[in-house]
Amino acid sequence: MNVTIRVWRQKNTEAEGHFEDYEAKDLNPNMSFLEMLDVVNENLTLDGKDPIAFAHDCREGICGTCSCMINGKPHGPESGVATCQTYMRSFNDGDVIVVEPFRAKAFPIIKDLVCDRASFDKIMQSGGFISIRTGSAPDANAIPVGKEVADLAMDAAACIGCGACVAACKNSSAMLFVSAKAGQLNLLPQGQPEKDARVLNMVATMDEAGFGNCTNQYECSAACPKAISEEFIAKLNRDYLTASVKSVFKPKPTTMV
Amino acid sequence: MNIFQVLFQTSIGKKAVMAVTGLIMVGFIIGHLVGNLQLFAPPEKINAYAHFLEGLGPGLWAIRAFLLLTLVLHVWMAIKLTLENKAARPQDYVSQQTLRATYASRTMRLSGFIVLAFLIYHLLHFTVRVEGFGTYPHTTLIDGTPVRDVHTMMVVGFQNIWISLFYIISVGLLSWHLNHGLVSMFQTVGFRSRTWSSFLTKASVLFSILYFLANAAIPGSVLAGVVKIQNPEVAGYVCPAKCAVCEAKNAKT
Amino acid sequence: MFARPNAQFAKPRTRKPDFPLMILESKTPSGPLESKWEKHIADGKLVNPANKRKYEVIIVGSGLAGASAAATLGELGYAVKCFTFHDSPRRAHSIAAQGGINAAKNYQNDGDSVYRLFYDTIKGGDFRSREANVYRLAQVSVNIIDQCAAQGVPFAREYGGLLANRSFGGAQVSRTFYARGQTGQQLLLGAYSTLSRQIGLGTVKMFSNREMLELVLVDGHAKGIVTRNLNTGEIERHSAHAVVLATGGYGNVFNLSTYARNSNCTAAWRAYRKGATFANPCYTQIHPTCIPVSGDYQSKLTLMSESLRNDGRIWAPKKAGDKRAPGDIPEDDRDYYLERKYPSFGNLAPRDISSRAAKEVCDEGRGVGETGLGVYLDFKDAIDRLSESVVRERYGNLFDIYKEITNENAYEVPMRIFPAVHYTMGGLWVDYNLMSNIPGLFVTGEANFSDHGANRLGASALMQGLADGYFVLPYTIPHYLADVSRDPAPPTSHESFVETEEEVTSRTKKLLENGGKQTVKSFHKRLGKIMWDYCGMARNKAGLEKAIQEIPKLKEEFWEDVNVPGEGSELNQSLELAGRVGDFLELGELMCRDALAREESCGGHFREEHQYEDGEAMRDDENYAHVAAWEFKGDGNAPERHVEQLEYESVSMVTRSYK
Repeated sequence: MNVTIRVWRQKNTEAEGHFEDYEAKDLNPNMSFLEMLDVVNENLTLDGKDPIAFAHDCREGICGTCSCMINGKPHGPESGVATCQTYMRSFNDGDVIVVEPFRAKAFPIIKDLVCDRASFDKIMQSGGFISIRTGSAPDANAIPVGKEVADLAMDAAACIGCGACVAACKNSSAMLFVSAKAGQLNLLPQGQPEKDARVLNMVATMDEAGFGNCTNQYECSAACPKAISEEFIAKLNRDYLTASVKSVFKPKPTTMV
Repeated sequence: MNIFQVLFQTSIGKKAVMAVTGLIMVGFIIGHLVGNLQLFAPPEKINAYAHFLEGLGPGLWAIRAFLLLTLVLHVWMAIKLTLENKAARPQDYVSQQTLRATYASRTMRLSGFIVLAFLIYHLLHFTVRVEGFGTYPHTTLIDGTPVRDVHTMMVVGFQNIWISLFYIISVGLLSWHLNHGLVSMFQTVGFRSRTWSSFLTKASVLFSILYFLANAAIPGSVLAGVVKIQNPEVAGYVCPAKCAVCEAKNAKT
Repeated sequence: MFARPNAQFAKPRTRKPDFPLMILESKTPSGPLESKWEKHIADGKLVNPANKRKYEVIIVGSGLAGASAAATLGELGYAVKCFTFHDSPRRAHSIAAQGGINAAKNYQNDGDSVYRLFYDTIKGGDFRSREANVYRLAQVSVNIIDQCAAQGVPFAREYGGLLANRSFGGAQVSRTFYARGQTGQQLLLGAYSTLSRQIGLGTVKMFSNREMLELVLVDGHAKGIVTRNLNTGEIERHSAHAVVLATGGYGNVFNLSTYARNSNCTAAWRAYRKGATFANPCYTQIHPTCIPVSGDYQSKLTLMSESLRNDGRIWAPKKAGDKRAPGDIPEDDRDYYLERKYPSFGNLAPRDISSRAAKEVCDEGRGVGETGLGVYLDFKDAIDRLSESVVRERYGNLFDIYKEITNENAYEVPMRIFPAVHYTMGGLWVDYNLMSNIPGLFVTGEANFSDHGANRLGASALMQGLADGYFVLPYTIPHYLADVSRDPAPPTSHESFVETEEEVTSRTKKLLENGGKQTVKSFHKRLGKIMWDYCGMARNKAGLEKAIQEIPKLKEEFWEDVNVPGEGSELNQSLELAGRVGDFLELGELMCRDALAREESCGGHFREEHQYEDGEAMRDDENYAHVAAWEFKGDGNAPERHVEQLEYESVSMVTRSYK
């Protein structure tokens, strides 16, 4: 099969970007989308042109590196998969496929289809953990966790941190990501002591990073390659509001003079 | 963080303000609708009700101030959130698909602003009673208390097909706004979960439809002639007995 | 068959007059196996808590081994700098491990113990690993599970709330902990979360998008690295009191593997070129049940769980070039070759045997699929016997993955499978302290060679990465640092840094200005083919010698004719790959040399000359019960093979037999 790809080319963060069309010929429908880009890049290189920069690594849908907006949908037409798991058979012969980077103020474009998602790391650094010193843990079976809770926490933990939620959201909100990360830990008994501080800090960092606000349209969940449910956002809202109210009314420690 | 910082500076806080102010206004519009439905009773009923409300004096002003504040907060937050959301994606996609968002959710800003415009008109018409916007007659209750004739004011108003149409379209848009707003409210305060998200969605659709029908029934029945002017002092009064006095009066106008 | 080891290679070639003989001292503590580690900790020196912050430690890599070490050392008070070429520490390829992590918890009360896990691991490694290291691994395995559970890793649970286990990789006890099919992801995210906490606290400084391109030695000690900022192209110098490499394995030397596309050997290889010895590079694990290559464009192979072989039957057409659809090939024309060759084990024959058998079939031209590189894994009999719903219940998710990739419904047509490279047991040589022969250079996780011998058991890789990072390195690094001056690390203006940066810049410049005609990928493909053909599942003298001829030629051609587009001062993925492939070209040759010198078959190294009649690997414990560690002798010179004899105090070597 043959397709035309209309790719966003941008030399660096500051540069103006534009679209360029490339012909991808004689493709095997069982090629992955990224393999198609590999082929286009090989030809560009041989023609003495600069190949398209695109983010990728594991190519099995788990590392969360790949991040293409394909025909207006993060990761391409199929649902529940990452860009690397999108195959050319999902397109028709002769299609013009528009490929853009994930766009958000908090995800500045580095080059072509590669954007910088370091703001996700910053959010994690502000609270996406349980403060447990290495070597200080009790026996793993000392803290029983009900199967239902453990399964739900695992649903949240499946997040691969790709940023498709931000890319799909009309407001570039990171609520699904934050809610999945905070939700996993807030569900588990191990995460309870830091539950309030966790959500307050993570949301504050999220706001600082310049993400938009959630308008409850759930495009994030629909675009998520791991189909993470928006109910974690409801949980985050609940945990956050509770924590805020608690922080307003909590007794302040006495300061000795 | 103090409570104001939480509510007006954080993403979730601002959303909570939207949800809570929205909830208050939903409460108000339900009460308002119930009050208005008294139009279908004899005029005495709704006129006495209006008189009662006006008799609250400072209490009424307190309620009005509260509702105005709610409205201002709701609109202010909506504008603030919208501007932030626009800023969060300085460069838009060339093509972006809509995957799941409902049509109502994507037109909240439009429906909201039209409803706001209507609301201003509506207040000028029925609350401020700006001269020229409508007819503002008086009448007396059975016990002889002189009151404003709200019943006639409404009927005369809705007998104008353009006013009625504007009203119907606006309550339609308000119902449309509520269709997303109601269920969204539950999400924002964290009460929407997998187990009852589908119930919430359906309940909110049902509420919106019922709300629309009940509201539309008011101008509808006036236009259809089911509800008529019942104040003999007002032009357009249709005398049930076809008495000479009335005929003379109508002939004059 | 039953060939004697070739006399020429029977003795390690250690004679080299110009250089003093390198002694690879394992520094294994004395005393009984069970108390070696405890004794070692007790004997070790400590760094005063107030002085810890004066010591800077560079950690390269942020996978299980790197992230866990960085977080723990940061928490202990050292000034840690952690580097990854990924955009985030969370993306390391540890994330792709599916099956689980072993730990000798004996939660199932089925007779597991530290000793049993140790013994299984050392036997699984075909008696080519260091006994004391493996025992320590089994000992700390129990702490890992505690640690991870406390971090909030959502391990699978039973209804009572306790941890669930499964039996994995043929183990007779259920000691594998798992989180759905994403155990590696969850453990890595656990380590990443603790690392994130330390970054937030400021004890660890994280350098993402940085690729280590050279190791810096000052007076023979590892004191820093030179990196390239992959986004800006800036070449940077970083100094420290010690350097830890946790940079993963080198399976991408084969081009096609189950590794992430960007996994590479560069950090380890640069350390090798600076004098660190590379141990057992030829030990490569090849997994039999991967989804086959579908065309020349293929970039990646995907693993399917081996459990499929419990019910599936493996076959290929009897006639070469039989292009009929599988359903049209009658029973008589099918060769259920595993059942035929190994009647007692049949389709459950061990990984290496079944991988090699598939290769033989394809070499005979009987392979199936478009490329002829594949065999059928047929569930028709299982479906007839058990019903489709039972098969769906057992393997539904695997059938779904298969469908997603190949667009074929395996309930109707047989699956096609083919072996693929997915782990390298070899790596930089380290002693008991995980320090290489370069003082101050530590190596952990898949990047070192120590714990898996010649073959790694399922669910052991995650265990080793985390053991090294959480529980071994934090104890052993202080032993070294305690003797290092508390003065600040050498300034990056030191001449060693200047010289090393110059090496990096000139290499980068050479690649960019080469102006050749062939793409980097085309060289990687050609190297991969040579490696797969001659240093893959089955190796022989002639093939290896041929590869040792061909690879340097390819390397020469690469440096003459490679075309690296773009500039050095920007994100340039071709340049990144070019550097990596340049190193793979050298590593590939060393792997072949190692495979040629090891005149025996063991675990992930199978020499056709050394097998029993039934195709079983024939070990030569008399001559090869040692670690072969290679020392770089300069470009154009043959590397030198050193030997660390493996002493077994507690176990006796037995032959792996499937009769």
